[in-house]
Amino acid sequence: MLHEDVVCPFCACLCDDLKVETDNGTIVKVDNACDLGNHKFLTDDDHRLKEPIRRTPSGWTSATLQHAIDRTVEILLGADRPLLYGWSGTHGEAQSIGVHMAEVLGGVIDSTTSVCHGPSILAIQEVGHPGCTLGQVKNRADLVVYWGANPIEAHPRHMSRYTTYTDGFFLDRAFKERKVIVVDIRRTQTAEVADEFILIKKGGDYAVLSALRAIVRGKSDMIPATVAGVTKEQLLRIAEMCKKAKFGAFFFGMGITQTQGKYKNIRNAIELVDELNRHTKFTLTPMRGHYNVYGFNEVCTWMTGYPYAVDFCRGMAFYNPGETSAVDILARKECDACLVVASDPAAHFPKDAVRHLGEIPTVQIDPYPNTTTAFCELQIPVAVTGIDAQGTSYRMDGVPIRVKSILNRGYPTDTDILGEIYRRIKEAKRV
Amino acid sequence: MSELLIRHACVVDPVNRISGEIMDLAVRDGRIVESVSDRAEVIDAQGFLTMAGGIDSHTHICGTKVNFGRYMSPEDMRAGRTLKKGQMHSTSGYSVPTTYGNSYRYATMGYTAVLEGAMAPLEARHTHEEFMATPLQDTMANVLFDGNWPVMEAVRDRDVKRVAAIVAWVLTAVKGFAIKITNPGGTEAWGWGKNVTCIRDPVPYFEVTPAEIIETLIRANEILRLPHSVHLHCNNLGTPGNYSCTIGSMDVAPDLNKERQSLYVTHVQFHSYGGTSWKDINSKAHVVADAVNRKPHIVIDMGQMMFGKTTTMTADGPMEFNLYKLHHNKWSNHDVELETGSGIIPVYYSRKSIVNSVMWAIGLELALLIKNPEQCLLATDNPNGSPFVKYPEIIALLMSNPYRQAEIATLPPETESRISLPAIDRELDWNEIAMMTRAGQGRALGLRKLGRGHLGLGAIADIAIYPLSIGAIDPSKEYTRVIEALRLTRYTIKNGKVIARDGEILSNRNKTTIWVRPKIPEQHRMDHDPDFIRNFERYYTVRMSNYPVQEAYVPESTCIETEAVW
Repeated sequence: MLHEDVVCPFCACLCDDLKVETDNGTIVKVDNACDLGNHKFLTDDDHRLKEPIRRTPSGWTSATLQHAIDRTVEILLGADRPLLYGWSGTHGEAQSIGVHMAEVLGGVIDSTTSVCHGPSILAIQEVGHPGCTLGQVKNRADLVVYWGANPIEAHPRHMSRYTTYTDGFFLDRAFKERKVIVVDIRRTQTAEVADEFILIKKGGDYAVLSALRAIVRGKSDMIPATVAGVTKEQLLRIAEMCKKAKFGAFFFGMGITQTQGKYKNIRNAIELVDELNRHTKFTLTPMRGHYNVYGFNEVCTWMTGYPYAVDFCRGMAFYNPGETSAVDILARKECDACLVVASDPAAHFPKDAVRHLGEIPTVQIDPYPNTTTAFCELQIPVAVTGIDAQGTSYRMDGVPIRVKSILNRGYPTDTDILGEIYRRIKEAKRV
Repeated sequence: MSELLIRHACVVDPVNRISGEIMDLAVRDGRIVESVSDRAEVIDAQGFLTMAGGIDSHTHICGTKVNFGRYMSPEDMRAGRTLKKGQMHSTSGYSVPTTYGNSYRYATMGYTAVLEGAMAPLEARHTHEEFMATPLQDTMANVLFDGNWPVMEAVRDRDVKRVAAIVAWVLTAVKGFAIKITNPGGTEAWGWGKNVTCIRDPVPYFEVTPAEIIETLIRANEILRLPHSVHLHCNNLGTPGNYSCTIGSMDVAPDLNKERQSLYVTHVQFHSYGGTSWKDINSKAHVVADAVNRKPHIVIDMGQMMFGKTTTMTADGPMEFNLYKLHHNKWSNHDVELETGSGIIPVYYSRKSIVNSVMWAIGLELALLIKNPEQCLLATDNPNGSPFVKYPEIIALLMSNPYRQAEIATLPPETESRISLPAIDRELDWNEIAMMTRAGQGRALGLRKLGRGHLGLGAIADIAIYPLSIGAIDPSKEYTRVIEALRLTRYTIKNGKVIARDGEILSNRNKTTIWVRPKIPEQHRMDHDPDFIRNFERYYTVRMSNYPVQEAYVPESTCIETEAVW
């Protein structure tokens, strides 16, 4: 059976033009997806955990779904300070249940945001965010800047669907008319296709952004001969390209959110874009990673007022990333139970934080075994959103798209499992 | 079958010409009926003020930019927190509360229906997700058409039926309620960092003028027989001297509908400025009010500004950038491909500022100088003029000249020569307040016949009972009691069920989302139109089949089907 306009649940490009062929409950062919998307669809069946598993002194053993849910409820109800972490690889409806659950439990809820674009959000909370939907870039942009981002490898269709290589309404020969600037500390694959590549010394992003701001403000005389390894000549050229563009689009990745300077880098980038808007049109978009990491920020914000790292222990939402974010709570050994949903913290968190995961009762709800599995007491496999579960997802620019279910592999969805756990918790707490 | 009997209600219901009469109200299965059996649940209203549930016909409570207002403002979230309690979720936010915060606060003020003022069609799914998390009000969404490419192309071709067909497709696809145009043409120009100054400027590339967009959409609206009229946010918001643009925009509107207005002009306070710069800004509310008085086919809302902290948010992206350049605090912008734009900045309206003082006076002047209260509805463009929790203060200001004079005395003395408010002694009565807060909205939105905004037989039993004996007080003198009483209902009843009592929320969920589905001849439908489909697939970044909002997003839904006059 051929499924058209399928939405890819890999990265936050959320490409919605895939053609997927299924035959007898298996995916046999995928068209239009990138390598990452292809891999997710075509190898999905090979990696799935088939049934809930629990750790025993003698190793892993299978568990019934009933037992798995009972034990998860018991762990969460028995915890003084449960942490509910992850959420970026599932649909919004499940995320919403997670936030409700955290409220009833008086726990902490956080998403992978705190280890990817959390700093971008902190910067936005200081100075705002001049952005747009990706179609504005596609149809208008004659200048695209990728800073600390390597879309060819991390978001492989970003350039062909939304920026460099796509048709645009206001561009006759879009590919030739658009200029691409890439800024990075190493020559990435994306740098190879740039019209202008700026090689920055490691940790020099803040200084280079400041230099560009100064030039755009007409203060080029104060710029030294080189800034973080970039020549003044190149900086002047780049600033001129930006000012002369009819529509410039600035994309940034974890190359500047999680490196020296962190949120201050992003603040500087936003203020550069702000400054450029006094000369021409310029927008800025974070290259969000997981296909629905932005969705968690949206859901959590309309429900609690804050995008991530929300602590309900006072009976209301309290937000202070660095204090209420998952890594910090784990590293301080503050939480006494953890529910991991749709992410893999053990593969990304610092050692001390991961070690604590292994010392407390940790349950993971995830379709696949991953690094975190090794630190869990229990794992419940669920349907994969976008393959056998449907729901809402938010693209990196905030456009919400309904991700589809194209076959039935007999797994419960995140919404089913979390809904049942939440129901049981409410019942126990007489809510 | 559920029955409710409200005894000793002091009913103010101008639609049914009931003005402060003590009477009983009978409710069966969510509707007002003649009588109920003796098994009905009984509420004693103790002679308190009883009106239909409040309707806010222009507010920003759900959707992309509202949520971004929260996202970028943890300081605002901290400024309005409440604990989880009973059935109530915890809430955050002062000027942009969380969805539960909005819903609980509206409910305890007696509001049972709200119209989200601006929904970008491409992001409609988001608005509906937040509607689902707004549990205690009926919700509707204005759909933005100010910079819609296919619409502008059809306007350029002078093809009003094609405009109607596009609007019909989009409204149905996004489950929207009405046509909204925010700074028509200006949001498209903003895609290039430009703007239009008023209704005669051509839109870059599309070569249509805002005036043509406004007029054609009004005609298309009536072809589709939509319940509400076109809902216009005029060009040139917030600029000294903009009143002439506002009047010019009203002049464009033909009178096409006998039952309601043909054009709803929103937050007119922001569009009634005289002068040539911020230095000589003055009120032209009297000129705008005169125009409205002469045009019964126009309805406006006040867009009242109240002093204090708030967040401004609008689809009018260029305006927000200009405002940001004045305030220098923080600025967000979000342009939406082929459709519209938006911007957000936090602001503080100070009574030490002459500009802000003039703005404050203008909203009140409009309401006091427009003769028919059904033509000037009470709203603050929440949260742009102020958060909606200030409505009780606005009502008290409209009912009390002494209160107004006391407030004027606190403003910079230079304000007085720029406004006419000090010389206006009109004081509105309870009938007029009911008109401006529910009855007028019912008519303006085309929902009166569906039983909204009044308490006649067959009406929907959305009822607000405020702890105030209106016969026993003089609102002119005892305005603080008016404010106090209107802040918290004794009972808010929705569909015949008590949802709030004395500030406590008693219901998990009681709502519907109202949307429209205009029917047009099959051969004109856009889903069969090769040009429309080709351009959609070529220039949007979402496939046409993935664009419509699925039924899953309106689990509680009231669809109004209309038959177009083709």
